[in-house]
Amino acid sequence: MVRFFNALGTPVLAFFQYLGELVLLAGDTFRSILTHKLRWKLFLNQVVEIGLLSQLVVVITGAFTGAVFAAQTFFQFNKIGMGSATGAVVSVSICRELGPVLTALMVAGRVGAAMSAEIGTMKVTEQIDALRALAVYPTDYLVVPRALAMMVSMPLLVAECIAVGIAAGYFIAISLLEINGTYYMANMVRWTRNRDIIMALSKAFCFGILIVFISCQKGLSAREGAVGVGRATTEAVVNSSLAVLICNFFLTMLLNIIYPAGYQ
Amino acid sequence: MIAVRSVAKKIGQQEILRGVDLEVATGETLAIIGRSGGGKSVLLKHLVGLMTPDAGEIWIDGHNIIGMNERQLGAIRKKIGILFQSGALFDSMTVEENIAFPLREAGEKDPKVLHTKVEEMLEVIEMEGQEDKMPESLSGGMKKRVGLARSIIRRPSCVLYDEPTSGLDPVVADSINRLIRRLQQRLGMTSVVVTHDMKSAFDVANHIAYLHEGRIYFHGTPTQLQQARDPILQDFLLGRSDGRGD
Ligand SMILES: Nc1ncnc2c1ncn2[C@@H]1O[C@H](COP(=O)(O)OP(=O)(O)OP(=O)(O)O)[C@@H](O)[C@H]1O
Ligand SMILES: [Mg+2]
Repeated sequence: MVRFFNALGTPVLAFFQYLGELVLLAGDTFRSILTHKLRWKLFLNQVVEIGLLSQLVVVITGAFTGAVFAAQTFFQFNKIGMGSATGAVVSVSICRELGPVLTALMVAGRVGAAMSAEIGTMKVTEQIDALRALAVYPTDYLVVPRALAMMVSMPLLVAECIAVGIAAGYFIAISLLEINGTYYMANMVRWTRNRDIIMALSKAFCFGILIVFISCQKGLSAREGAVGVGRATTEAVVNSSLAVLICNFFLTMLLNIIYPAGYQ
Repeated sequence: MIAVRSVAKKIGQQEILRGVDLEVATGETLAIIGRSGGGKSVLLKHLVGLMTPDAGEIWIDGHNIIGMNERQLGAIRKKIGILFQSGALFDSMTVEENIAFPLREAGEKDPKVLHTKVEEMLEVIEMEGQEDKMPESLSGGMKKRVGLARSIIRRPSCVLYDEPTSGLDPVVADSINRLIRRLQQRLGMTSVVVTHDMKSAFDVANHIAYLHEGRIYFHGTPTQLQQARDPILQDFLLGRSDGRGD
């Protein structure tokens, strides 16, 4: 019995320890943001790295998701003669779920992996020790610019993904599915509210925070050379993707209380 | 300047330091010698708080650094430069940016001043005209010299060198030794030099400490070391193995 609880206890404890480390890193970062001077150059570099270089990925994700979602919705809705409602369904679901989640997953794969690999390499090659020895606090230098850049870039990327997705859906609807464009638009505008967009941006912000802290923490705790960096990178991507999916559910439930779906 | 009191450190199951006692007076140069894997680099990292001991105290300029957090250590670390055994250059920066990094962090913004100081340092380490190279395109000895430049450019009052001359040709090694002596004589810098190179140790040091099995086995002047009759020291000085390789 004791052995059973021991066997159960170790991974549970390890999990809570991991959560604790994440929270400590986040706390440290926010304290540093409030009390220390920002390194603008590093911040702007990271904005370029996260925001600008993710453009292609985000546009493609948005476009094809919007297009396929419009097609599938139309196939079903057309059977009951509601083809022109497709626009409303596409735009609301891209805003509330697909846009934020898919963008976050792509960013976790592209940016989160890069962050943990870069920081992890610095860790195992003593560059982080060198920073510390030069009286530079690694959180200030490495984590703060990335976290801020992520908080700024993620909402913009998600907004972009949503816009592209809706546009692609519209394009497919009128060109391939032969829905009446005016009805499509009218329905879409009628059913999509500000609160859907607020929900998208809030989710984007939260996902950005999840990805940046999970990835930086994995990088900072990397050890044992190239294998360790590889492992840290994989774990960073897997953990941030899972965290995004899990938190998405809870965020949806929570935000749905504040910003209920549907037309009222 | 630096006082180490019964510092012990275990990594995993391995006891690396088992009670090291060491004093470094202000303005002196101490050489730490010892077998490879004996814990010299680990000891050096303890002196700037990059590693924390399991037991013991480390006093820098009258402050016990054990128990300080990273931000408090920052104030101590501004006074101490450290040259890592691997160089530990920032691989996303050029040679010039690496060398200028400590000054930039200290608030120097004027690119002209930075450039002049970097040029001066490059001349000292005999690497003129290579400021735009990236660390990955440098040889091992060049990395070491750039690391050295980075650790002394802020003119700290104390510098810790982890094998400053290993991997260098005899001519450059000698110029590095002269540089260390010059820094001590002109600026009164305190230096701790970890080295395998006995010539370099005798060249630069006022005192030599021999780290053996996690303790300071010998601490004295170079002359005392040369006259020591102890078999362990003799073996090390003469480079004699105990015949296990036969
Ligand atoms: N980060 C670490 N994790 C685990 N063990 C370590 C670590 N750093 C050093 N060690 C161990 O500590 C011991 C001492 O290492 P250290 O690097 O201090 O040796 P050294 O005296 O500097 O040797 P050398 O002259 O070859 O540089 C070694 O056995 C090494 O395996
Ligand atoms: Mg060493």
